[in-house]
Amino acid sequence: MSAAGSLPNPEIPRHTVIVRVTHWITVISFFALLISGAEIVISHPRFYWGEVGNVRTAPLFTLRIPSSRDTVPTGYGFVLPDQNGWSRYLHFQAAWAAVLTGLVYAISSLWTGHFRKNVLPVPADRTWRSYWDVFAKYLRRAPPDEAEAYSYNVIQRTAYLIVIFVLFPMVIWTGLAMSPAFDSVVPAAVNTLGGRQSARTLHLFVSAALLLFLVVHVAMVVLAGFRSRTRAMITGRVIVPEERP
Amino acid sequence: MTLISRRKLMTTGLAATAGVAGLTVAARLVQRYGLIPPDHCGIYGPGETLTYAAQRLLTTHSLAREFPRSMISKSPFANETPPPGDIFKRHQSTGFTDWRLLVDGTVSRPTSFSLSDLKSLSVRSQITEVACEEGWSYIAEWIGTPLIEVLNSVGLSPRARYIAYFSTDSEWWESIDMADAMHPQTLLTWGMNDGDLPVSFGGPLRMRVPRQLGYKSLKYVTRLTVTDSLKSFGKGLGSAEPENGYAWYAGI
Repeated sequence: MSAAGSLPNPEIPRHTVIVRVTHWITVISFFALLISGAEIVISHPRFYWGEVGNVRTAPLFTLRIPSSRDTVPTGYGFVLPDQNGWSRYLHFQAAWAAVLTGLVYAISSLWTGHFRKNVLPVPADRTWRSYWDVFAKYLRRAPPDEAEAYSYNVIQRTAYLIVIFVLFPMVIWTGLAMSPAFDSVVPAAVNTLGGRQSARTLHLFVSAALLLFLVVHVAMVVLAGFRSRTRAMITGRVIVPEERP
Repeated sequence: MTLISRRKLMTTGLAATAGVAGLTVAARLVQRYGLIPPDHCGIYGPGETLTYAAQRLLTTHSLAREFPRSMISKSPFANETPPPGDIFKRHQSTGFTDWRLLVDGTVSRPTSFSLSDLKSLSVRSQITEVACEEGWSYIAEWIGTPLIEVLNSVGLSPRARYIAYFSTDSEWWESIDMADAMHPQTLLTWGMNDGDLPVSFGGPLRMRVPRQLGYKSLKYVTRLTVTDSLKSFGKGLGSAEPENGYAWYAGI
Protein backbone atom coordinates (compact mmCIF):
# COMPACT_ATOMS: atom_id res chain seq x y z
CA MET A 1 0.00 0.00 0.00
CA SER A 2 3.01 2.19 0.36
CA ALA A 3 3.16 2.05 -3.43
CA ALA A 4 0.19 4.35 -3.48
CA GLY A 5 2.02 6.93 -1.39
CA SER A 6 2.56 9.21 -4.35
CA LEU A 7 -0.49 10.91 -5.73
CA PRO A 8 -1.69 9.34 -8.99
CA ASN A 9 -1.42 11.56 -12.01
CA PRO A 10 -4.76 11.42 -13.88
CA GLU A 11 -2.92 12.02 -17.16
CA ILE A 12 -1.05 8.73 -16.88
CA PRO A 13 -3.37 5.79 -17.66
CA ARG A 14 -3.93 3.15 -14.96
CA HIS A 15 -2.87 0.49 -17.47
CA THR A 16 -0.68 1.16 -20.52
CA VAL A 17 -2.05 0.34 -23.93
CA ILE A 18 0.26 -2.70 -24.22
CA VAL A 19 -0.96 -4.08 -20.89
CA ARG A 20 -4.61 -3.56 -21.89
CA VAL A 21 -4.33 -5.06 -25.37
CA THR A 22 -2.24 -8.06 -24.24
CA HIS A 23 -4.59 -8.59 -21.27
CA TRP A 24 -7.67 -8.96 -23.48
CA ILE A 25 -5.97 -11.07 -26.15
CA THR A 26 -4.82 -13.34 -23.31
CA VAL A 27 -8.39 -13.50 -21.97
CA ILE A 28 -9.72 -14.65 -25.35
CA SER A 29 -6.85 -17.12 -25.89
CA PHE A 30 -7.20 -18.51 -22.38
CA PHE A 31 -10.91 -19.22 -22.81
CA ALA A 32 -10.22 -20.91 -26.16
CA LEU A 33 -7.48 -23.01 -24.50
CA LEU A 34 -9.73 -23.87 -21.56
CA ILE A 35 -12.69 -25.02 -23.66
CA SER A 36 -10.60 -26.92 -26.23
CA GLY A 37 -8.43 -28.39 -23.46
CA ALA A 38 -11.50 -29.68 -21.64
CA GLU A 39 -12.75 -31.25 -24.88
CA ILE A 40 -9.41 -33.01 -25.39
CA VAL A 41 -9.48 -34.34 -21.80
CA ILE A 42 -12.94 -35.80 -22.43
CA SER A 43 -11.49 -38.13 -25.08
CA HIS A 44 -9.37 -39.79 -22.37
CA PRO A 45 -10.28 -38.65 -18.84
CA ARG A 46 -7.65 -40.92 -17.26
CA PHE A 47 -4.33 -39.57 -16.00
CA TYR A 48 -1.08 -41.45 -15.47
CA TRP A 49 2.40 -40.93 -14.13
CA GLY A 50 5.61 -41.79 -15.98
CA GLU A 51 6.27 -42.34 -19.66
CA VAL A 52 3.33 -44.46 -20.83
CA GLY A 53 -0.29 -45.01 -19.87
CA ASN A 54 -3.38 -46.40 -21.54
CA VAL A 55 -6.63 -48.18 -20.64
CA ARG A 56 -4.63 -51.35 -19.97
CA THR A 57 -2.39 -49.71 -17.34
CA ALA A 58 -3.33 -48.39 -13.90
CA PRO A 59 -4.22 -44.70 -13.84
CA LEU A 60 -2.96 -42.24 -11.24
CA PHE A 61 -6.53 -40.94 -11.09
CA THR A 62 -9.61 -40.84 -13.28
CA LEU A 63 -11.98 -37.92 -13.75
CA ARG A 64 -15.52 -39.17 -13.13
CA ILE A 65 -16.90 -37.83 -16.40
CA PRO A 66 -18.17 -39.54 -19.57
CA SER A 67 -15.79 -39.90 -22.50
CA SER A 68 -15.96 -39.24 -26.25
CA ARG A 69 -14.34 -42.64 -26.95
CA ASP A 70 -15.96 -46.03 -26.45
CA THR A 71 -12.55 -47.59 -25.68
CA VAL A 72 -12.35 -45.77 -22.34
CA PRO A 73 -14.16 -47.43 -19.41
CA THR A 74 -16.03 -44.62 -17.63
CA GLY A 75 -19.01 -46.32 -15.98
CA TYR A 76 -21.36 -44.26 -18.10
CA GLY A 77 -23.59 -46.05 -20.58
CA PHE A 78 -23.08 -43.53 -23.38
CA VAL A 79 -20.29 -42.00 -25.46
CA LEU A 80 -20.05 -38.25 -26.11
CA PRO A 81 -19.55 -36.93 -29.65
CA ASP A 82 -15.92 -36.66 -30.82
CA GLN A 83 -14.85 -33.00 -30.70
CA ASN A 84 -11.08 -33.52 -30.74
CA GLY A 85 -10.45 -32.36 -34.31
CA TRP A 86 -11.45 -28.71 -34.01
CA SER A 87 -10.46 -28.70 -30.32
CA ARG A 88 -6.87 -29.56 -31.20
CA TYR A 89 -6.75 -27.06 -34.08
CA LEU A 90 -8.16 -24.35 -31.76
CA HIS A 91 -5.94 -25.35 -28.82
CA PHE A 92 -2.70 -24.88 -30.77
CA GLN A 93 -3.86 -21.74 -32.58
CA ALA A 94 -4.89 -20.17 -29.25
CA ALA A 95 -1.59 -21.34 -27.72
CA TRP A 96 0.32 -19.48 -30.44
CA ALA A 97 -1.78 -16.35 -29.81
CA ALA A 98 -1.19 -16.61 -26.06
CA VAL A 99 2.55 -17.28 -26.36
CA LEU A 100 3.20 -14.52 -28.91
CA THR A 101 1.09 -12.08 -26.87
CA GLY A 102 2.96 -13.14 -23.74
CA LEU A 103 6.28 -12.47 -25.49
CA VAL A 104 5.16 -8.97 -26.53
CA TYR A 105 4.00 -8.33 -22.95
CA ALA A 106 7.17 -9.68 -21.33
CA ILE A 107 9.60 -7.88 -23.64
CA SER A 108 7.74 -4.57 -23.47
CA SER A 109 7.38 -4.89 -19.71
CA LEU A 110 11.11 -5.37 -19.28
CA TRP A 111 11.70 -2.41 -21.59
CA THR A 112 9.28 -0.04 -19.81
CA GLY A 113 10.01 -1.23 -16.29
CA HIS A 114 6.40 -2.39 -15.84
CA PHE A 115 7.49 -5.49 -13.93
CA ARG A 116 9.72 -3.49 -11.57
CA LYS A 117 7.23 -0.65 -11.04
CA ASN A 118 3.86 -2.38 -10.99
CA VAL A 119 4.32 -6.12 -10.46
CA LEU A 120 7.32 -6.68 -8.20
CA PRO A 121 6.32 -6.00 -4.56
CA VAL A 122 7.77 -2.66 -3.50
CA PRO A 123 10.80 -3.12 -1.17
CA ALA A 124 8.92 -1.87 1.91
CA ASP A 125 6.24 -4.51 1.35
CA ARG A 126 8.53 -7.51 1.15
CA THR A 127 7.73 -8.67 4.69
CA TRP A 128 5.34 -11.27 6.09
CA ARG A 129 3.78 -8.43 8.03
CA SER A 130 2.72 -6.66 4.80
CA TYR A 131 1.22 -9.87 3.42
CA TRP A 132 -0.65 -10.39 6.68
CA ASP A 133 -1.96 -6.80 6.77
CA VAL A 134 -3.43 -7.10 3.28
CA PHE A 135 -4.75 -10.56 3.99
CA ALA A 136 -6.41 -9.42 7.23
CA LYS A 137 -8.04 -6.61 5.31
CA TYR A 138 -9.43 -9.10 2.82
CA LEU A 139 -10.72 -11.19 5.75
CA ARG A 140 -12.50 -8.17 7.21
CA ARG A 141 -13.96 -7.72 3.73
CA ALA A 142 -13.04 -4.06 3.93
CA PRO A 143 -13.68 -2.18 0.68
CA PRO A 144 -10.48 -1.37 -1.24
CA ASP A 145 -9.15 2.09 -0.45
CA GLU A 146 -8.79 4.62 -3.23
CA ALA A 147 -5.09 3.98 -3.68
CA GLU A 148 -5.83 0.42 -4.76
CA ALA A 149 -7.59 1.73 -7.84
CA TYR A 150 -4.18 2.99 -8.98
CA SER A 151 -1.76 0.38 -7.74
CA TYR A 152 -1.59 -3.29 -6.75
CA ASN A 153 -1.08 -4.44 -3.18
CA VAL A 154 1.55 -6.99 -2.22
CA ILE A 155 -0.74 -10.03 -2.48
CA GLN A 156 -1.96 -9.01 -5.91
CA ARG A 157 1.60 -8.42 -7.06
CA THR A 158 2.71 -11.81 -5.77
CA ALA A 159 -0.23 -13.53 -7.46
CA TYR A 160 0.58 -11.86 -10.79
CA LEU A 161 4.27 -12.74 -10.42
CA ILE A 162 3.39 -16.41 -9.89
CA VAL A 163 1.01 -16.42 -12.87
CA ILE A 164 3.45 -14.64 -15.20
CA PHE A 165 6.71 -16.29 -14.19
CA VAL A 166 5.67 -19.72 -12.87
CA LEU A 167 2.27 -20.89 -14.13
CA PHE A 168 2.41 -19.61 -17.72
CA PRO A 169 5.97 -20.91 -18.34
CA MET A 170 4.99 -24.23 -16.71
CA VAL A 171 1.85 -24.65 -18.81
CA ILE A 172 3.83 -23.91 -22.00
CA TRP A 173 6.61 -26.30 -20.99
CA THR A 174 4.30 -29.19 -20.02
CA GLY A 175 2.30 -28.62 -23.21
CA LEU A 176 5.36 -28.63 -25.47
CA ALA A 177 6.61 -31.76 -23.69
CA MET A 178 3.61 -33.62 -25.15
CA SER A 179 4.77 -32.85 -28.73
CA PRO A 180 6.66 -35.87 -30.08
CA ALA A 181 8.45 -33.70 -32.65
CA PHE A 182 9.47 -31.04 -30.12
CA ASP A 183 10.73 -33.79 -27.80
CA SER A 184 12.90 -35.14 -30.62
CA VAL A 185 14.87 -31.87 -30.50
CA VAL A 186 14.68 -31.24 -26.74
CA PRO A 187 14.27 -34.67 -25.08
CA ALA A 188 15.05 -33.09 -21.70
CA ALA A 189 11.76 -31.15 -21.93
CA VAL A 190 9.81 -34.34 -21.32
CA ASN A 191 12.42 -36.50 -19.56
CA THR A 192 12.92 -34.03 -16.69
CA LEU A 193 9.16 -34.10 -16.04
CA GLY A 194 9.28 -37.86 -15.62
CA GLY A 195 7.88 -38.82 -19.03
CA ARG A 196 5.09 -38.06 -21.46
CA GLN A 197 2.20 -39.06 -19.18
CA SER A 198 3.66 -37.07 -16.25
CA ALA A 199 3.83 -34.04 -18.55
CA ARG A 200 0.17 -34.53 -19.48
CA THR A 201 -0.89 -34.85 -15.82
CA LEU A 202 1.16 -31.79 -14.82
CA HIS A 203 -0.37 -29.86 -17.75
CA LEU A 204 -3.79 -30.57 -16.21
CA PHE A 205 -2.64 -29.48 -12.72
CA VAL A 206 -1.07 -26.22 -13.93
CA SER A 207 -4.16 -25.50 -16.04
CA ALA A 208 -6.30 -26.06 -12.93
CA ALA A 209 -4.09 -23.61 -11.01
CA LEU A 210 -4.55 -21.02 -13.79
CA LEU A 211 -8.30 -21.62 -13.68
CA LEU A 212 -8.26 -21.11 -9.90
CA PHE A 213 -6.39 -17.83 -10.43
CA LEU A 214 -9.00 -16.77 -13.02
CA VAL A 215 -11.89 -17.48 -10.65
CA VAL A 216 -10.30 -15.60 -7.73
CA HIS A 217 -9.20 -12.76 -10.03
CA VAL A 218 -12.71 -12.24 -11.42
CA ALA A 219 -14.24 -12.56 -7.93
CA MET A 220 -11.90 -9.85 -6.61
CA VAL A 221 -12.65 -7.60 -9.58
CA VAL A 222 -16.35 -8.00 -8.86
CA LEU A 223 -15.83 -7.20 -5.16
CA ALA A 224 -13.70 -4.14 -5.93
CA GLY A 225 -16.21 -2.83 -8.48
CA PHE A 226 -16.60 -4.70 -11.74
CA ARG A 227 -17.46 -1.67 -13.86
CA SER A 228 -14.69 0.61 -12.67
CA ARG A 229 -11.96 -2.05 -12.72
CA THR A 230 -13.00 -3.39 -16.13
CA ARG A 231 -13.29 0.13 -17.51
CA ALA A 232 -9.73 0.80 -16.34
CA MET A 233 -8.52 -2.29 -18.18
CA ILE A 234 -10.33 -1.23 -21.37
CA THR A 235 -9.89 2.55 -21.52
CA GLY A 236 -6.94 2.85 -19.16
CA ARG A 237 -8.68 5.54 -17.12
CA VAL A 238 -9.76 5.42 -13.49
CA ILE A 239 -12.94 7.31 -12.71
CA VAL A 240 -12.65 9.09 -9.36
CA PRO A 241 -14.76 6.95 -7.05
CA GLU A 242 -17.89 8.36 -5.45
CA GLU A 243 -17.84 9.28 -1.78
CA ARG A 244 -18.14 6.29 0.48
CA PRO A 245 -20.32 6.46 3.59
CA MET B 1 10.44 16.11 -26.70
CA THR B 2 9.94 14.44 -23.35
CA LEU B 3 11.74 11.31 -22.33
CA ILE B 4 8.58 9.23 -22.45
CA SER B 5 7.54 10.20 -25.96
CA ARG B 6 11.09 9.71 -27.24
CA ARG B 7 11.14 6.26 -25.69
CA LYS B 8 7.74 5.53 -27.21
CA LEU B 9 9.01 6.64 -30.62
CA MET B 10 12.05 4.39 -30.32
CA THR B 11 9.94 1.42 -29.22
CA THR B 12 7.48 1.89 -32.06
CA GLY B 13 10.30 2.34 -34.57
CA LEU B 14 12.14 -0.74 -33.35
CA ALA B 15 8.97 -2.83 -33.33
CA ALA B 16 8.06 -1.72 -36.86
CA THR B 17 11.57 -2.43 -38.19
CA ALA B 18 11.63 -5.83 -36.48
CA GLY B 19 8.18 -6.59 -37.88
CA VAL B 20 9.07 -5.75 -41.48
CA ALA B 21 12.40 -7.58 -41.25
CA GLY B 22 10.67 -10.57 -39.66
CA LEU B 23 8.04 -10.77 -42.38
CA THR B 24 10.66 -10.52 -45.14
CA VAL B 25 12.75 -13.28 -43.59
CA ALA B 26 9.62 -15.38 -43.02
CA ALA B 27 8.48 -15.05 -46.65
CA ARG B 28 11.95 -16.15 -47.89
CA LEU B 29 12.05 -19.13 -45.53
CA VAL B 30 8.53 -20.20 -46.48
CA GLN B 31 9.50 -20.18 -50.16
CA ARG B 32 12.74 -22.04 -49.63
CA TYR B 33 11.63 -24.73 -47.20
CA GLY B 34 7.96 -25.22 -48.11
CA LEU B 35 6.57 -24.37 -44.70
CA ILE B 36 2.87 -24.30 -45.55
CA PRO B 37 0.85 -27.43 -44.63
CA PRO B 38 -1.77 -28.70 -47.09
CA ASP B 39 -4.59 -27.92 -44.62
CA HIS B 40 -3.58 -24.24 -44.30
CA CYS B 41 -6.99 -22.94 -45.43
CA GLY B 42 -9.76 -22.09 -43.00
CA ILE B 43 -9.85 -20.38 -39.61
CA TYR B 44 -7.21 -22.63 -38.04
CA GLY B 45 -4.78 -22.16 -40.95
CA PRO B 46 -2.60 -19.53 -39.24
CA GLY B 47 -1.99 -21.66 -36.13
CA GLU B 48 -1.39 -24.81 -38.18
CA THR B 49 1.04 -22.99 -40.47
CA LEU B 50 2.95 -21.54 -37.51
CA THR B 51 3.21 -24.99 -35.92
CA TYR B 52 4.27 -26.77 -39.10
CA ALA B 53 6.74 -24.04 -40.12
CA ALA B 54 8.30 -23.90 -36.65
CA GLN B 55 8.63 -27.70 -36.58
CA ARG B 56 10.18 -27.84 -40.04
CA LEU B 57 12.76 -25.21 -39.13
CA LEU B 58 13.59 -26.96 -35.83
CA THR B 59 12.98 -30.67 -36.28
CA THR B 60 13.87 -31.72 -39.81
CA HIS B 61 16.70 -34.05 -38.74
CA SER B 62 16.09 -34.67 -35.05
CA LEU B 63 15.49 -38.21 -33.84
CA ALA B 64 12.44 -39.33 -31.86
CA ARG B 65 13.29 -40.59 -28.39
CA GLU B 66 14.20 -44.28 -28.28
CA PHE B 67 13.81 -46.29 -25.10
CA PRO B 68 15.62 -49.17 -23.39
CA ARG B 69 14.19 -52.66 -23.91
CA SER B 70 13.07 -52.69 -20.26
CA MET B 71 10.57 -49.91 -21.02
CA ILE B 72 8.65 -51.87 -23.68
CA SER B 73 4.99 -51.87 -22.57
CA LYS B 74 3.87 -55.26 -21.21
CA SER B 75 0.29 -54.56 -22.29
CA PRO B 76 0.21 -52.26 -25.31
CA PHE B 77 -3.19 -51.02 -26.41
CA ALA B 78 -4.19 -51.69 -30.02
CA ASN B 79 -7.08 -49.19 -30.14
CA GLU B 80 -10.15 -49.84 -32.24
CA THR B 81 -9.35 -51.11 -35.72
CA PRO B 82 -11.58 -51.03 -38.76
CA PRO B 83 -12.92 -54.46 -39.74
CA PRO B 84 -10.37 -55.68 -42.29
CA GLY B 85 -12.95 -57.20 -44.68
CA ASP B 86 -13.08 -60.36 -46.80
CA ILE B 87 -10.04 -59.71 -49.00
CA PHE B 88 -8.00 -59.00 -45.88
CA LYS B 89 -9.25 -62.21 -44.23
CA ARG B 90 -8.13 -64.22 -47.30
CA HIS B 91 -4.65 -62.64 -47.01
CA GLN B 92 -4.68 -63.44 -43.30
CA SER B 93 -5.54 -67.11 -43.97
CA THR B 94 -2.50 -67.48 -46.24
CA GLY B 95 -0.15 -65.74 -43.81
CA PHE B 96 -0.01 -62.57 -45.94
CA THR B 97 2.26 -64.26 -48.49
CA ASP B 98 0.39 -62.48 -51.30
CA TRP B 99 0.33 -59.07 -49.58
CA ARG B 100 1.69 -56.41 -51.91
CA LEU B 101 2.92 -52.86 -51.41
CA LEU B 102 2.61 -50.89 -54.65
CA VAL B 103 4.96 -47.89 -54.93
CA ASP B 104 4.06 -45.50 -57.75
CA GLY B 105 3.86 -41.81 -58.63
CA THR B 106 6.87 -39.72 -59.61
CA VAL B 107 9.39 -42.58 -59.45
CA SER B 108 11.54 -44.10 -62.20
CA ARG B 109 10.41 -47.71 -61.62
CA PRO B 110 6.94 -48.21 -60.12
CA THR B 111 7.28 -51.45 -58.15
CA SER B 112 5.13 -53.91 -56.25
CA PHE B 113 6.86 -55.31 -53.16
CA SER B 114 6.00 -58.47 -51.24
CA LEU B 115 6.74 -58.54 -47.51
CA SER B 116 9.82 -60.68 -48.14
CA ASP B 117 11.01 -58.20 -50.80
CA LEU B 118 10.83 -55.49 -48.13
CA LYS B 119 12.61 -57.67 -45.56
CA SER B 120 15.46 -58.41 -47.96
CA LEU B 121 15.85 -54.71 -48.80
CA SER B 122 16.88 -53.46 -45.36
CA VAL B 123 15.93 -54.04 -41.74
CA ARG B 124 15.94 -51.60 -38.90
CA SER B 125 14.34 -51.75 -35.49
CA GLN B 126 13.58 -49.09 -32.95
CA ILE B 127 11.94 -48.90 -29.54
CA THR B 128 9.67 -45.87 -29.72
CA GLU B 129 6.45 -44.61 -28.19
CA VAL B 130 3.10 -44.52 -29.93
CA ALA B 131 1.24 -41.47 -28.61
CA CYS B 132 -2.42 -41.10 -29.50
CA GLU B 133 -4.00 -37.67 -29.90
CA GLU B 134 -6.49 -38.77 -27.20
CA GLY B 135 -3.66 -38.76 -24.66
CA TRP B 136 -2.70 -42.40 -24.06
CA SER B 137 0.54 -44.05 -25.16
CA TYR B 138 2.65 -47.21 -25.15
CA ILE B 139 6.18 -48.23 -26.05
CA ALA B 140 7.00 -51.09 -28.41
CA GLU B 141 9.87 -52.34 -30.49
CA TRP B 142 9.10 -51.76 -34.16
CA ILE B 143 10.91 -53.76 -36.82
CA GLY B 144 10.67 -52.78 -40.43
CA THR B 145 12.22 -51.41 -43.59
CA PRO B 146 13.14 -47.72 -43.64
CA LEU B 147 10.83 -45.90 -46.05
CA ILE B 148 13.81 -44.11 -47.59
CA GLU B 149 15.33 -47.48 -48.66
CA VAL B 150 12.11 -48.39 -50.44
CA LEU B 151 11.95 -44.99 -52.14
CA ASN B 152 15.61 -45.14 -53.21
CA SER B 153 15.11 -48.59 -54.71
CA VAL B 154 12.40 -47.29 -57.07
CA GLY B 155 14.30 -44.16 -58.14
CA LEU B 156 12.93 -41.18 -56.27
CA SER B 157 12.32 -38.09 -58.40
CA PRO B 158 13.94 -34.87 -57.16
CA ARG B 159 10.53 -33.25 -57.66
CA ALA B 160 9.04 -35.44 -54.92
CA ARG B 161 7.60 -33.38 -52.07
CA TYR B 162 5.13 -35.73 -50.37
CA ILE B 163 4.48 -39.44 -49.93
CA ALA B 164 0.80 -40.37 -49.82
CA TYR B 165 0.06 -43.82 -48.36
CA PHE B 166 -3.10 -45.84 -48.46
CA SER B 167 -4.60 -48.68 -46.42
CA THR B 168 -6.99 -51.49 -47.33
CA ASP B 169 -9.78 -49.21 -46.14
CA SER B 170 -10.22 -46.52 -48.80
CA GLU B 171 -11.34 -44.09 -46.11
CA TRP B 172 -7.98 -44.24 -44.35
CA TRP B 173 -5.05 -42.68 -46.12
CA GLU B 174 -2.27 -40.39 -45.00
CA SER B 175 0.67 -38.41 -46.32
CA ILE B 176 3.95 -37.03 -45.02
CA ASP B 177 6.45 -34.52 -46.38
CA MET B 178 9.97 -35.45 -47.50
CA ALA B 179 11.51 -34.46 -44.14
CA ASP B 180 9.55 -37.28 -42.51
CA ALA B 181 9.73 -39.61 -45.53
CA MET B 182 13.54 -39.46 -45.62
CA HIS B 183 13.84 -39.62 -41.84
CA PRO B 184 15.80 -42.69 -40.67
CA GLN B 185 13.13 -43.62 -38.09
CA THR B 186 10.24 -43.66 -40.56
CA LEU B 187 9.70 -47.39 -41.10
CA LEU B 188 7.40 -49.63 -43.07
CA THR B 189 6.88 -51.91 -40.11
CA TRP B 190 6.21 -55.65 -40.37
CA GLY B 191 7.49 -56.76 -36.94
CA MET B 192 6.75 -55.81 -33.36
CA ASN B 193 8.51 -56.88 -30.15
CA ASP B 194 10.54 -59.65 -31.85
CA GLY B 195 7.50 -61.21 -33.60
CA ASP B 196 5.33 -60.55 -36.64
CA LEU B 197 3.30 -57.35 -36.43
CA PRO B 198 -0.12 -58.43 -35.05
CA VAL B 199 -3.16 -57.55 -37.13
CA SER B 200 -4.62 -55.48 -34.26
CA PHE B 201 -1.49 -53.30 -34.33
CA GLY B 202 -1.62 -52.84 -38.10
CA GLY B 203 -0.07 -56.05 -39.41
CA PRO B 204 1.05 -57.15 -41.89
CA LEU B 205 2.36 -53.68 -42.78
CA ARG B 206 2.12 -50.43 -40.87
CA MET B 207 3.77 -47.08 -41.49
CA ARG B 208 5.58 -45.84 -38.39
CA VAL B 209 6.23 -42.10 -38.12
CA PRO B 210 7.43 -41.83 -34.51
CA ARG B 211 7.85 -38.05 -34.51
CA GLN B 212 4.12 -37.63 -35.11
CA LEU B 213 1.03 -38.76 -33.23
CA GLY B 214 -0.38 -42.25 -33.70
CA TYR B 215 -2.82 -41.47 -36.48
CA LYS B 216 0.01 -40.83 -38.95
CA SER B 217 1.16 -44.42 -38.32
CA LEU B 218 -1.37 -45.87 -40.76
CA LYS B 219 -2.29 -49.56 -40.47
CA TYR B 220 -2.62 -52.14 -43.33
CA VAL B 221 -0.58 -50.17 -45.87
CA THR B 222 -1.00 -51.38 -49.46
CA ARG B 223 0.20 -48.49 -51.60
CA LEU B 224 2.59 -45.52 -51.57
CA THR B 225 2.35 -42.70 -54.09
CA VAL B 226 5.20 -40.23 -54.50
CA THR B 227 3.97 -36.81 -55.58
CA ASP B 228 4.94 -33.15 -55.87
CA SER B 229 1.45 -31.98 -54.86
CA LEU B 230 -1.38 -33.29 -52.69
CA LYS B 231 -4.04 -31.21 -54.42
CA SER B 232 -5.44 -34.11 -56.46
CA PHE B 233 -5.67 -36.49 -53.49
CA GLY B 234 -9.10 -36.61 -51.83
CA LYS B 235 -10.26 -33.10 -51.07
CA GLY B 236 -6.72 -31.77 -51.45
CA LEU B 237 -6.20 -31.26 -47.72
CA GLY B 238 -3.29 -33.71 -47.49
CA SER B 239 -4.92 -36.77 -45.97
CA ALA B 240 -8.15 -38.27 -44.70
CA GLU B 241 -7.66 -36.68 -41.26
CA PRO B 242 -8.28 -33.01 -42.22
CA GLU B 243 -11.41 -34.21 -44.04
CA ASN B 244 -12.55 -35.51 -40.63
CA GLY B 245 -11.54 -32.30 -38.88
CA TYR B 246 -8.06 -33.34 -37.66
CA ALA B 247 -4.76 -31.63 -38.45
CA TRP B 248 -2.62 -33.02 -41.29
CA TYR B 249 0.62 -32.39 -39.41
CA ALA B 250 0.55 -34.37 -36.17
CA GLY B 251 3.98 -33.64 -34.69
CA ILE B 252 2.13 -30.88 -32.81
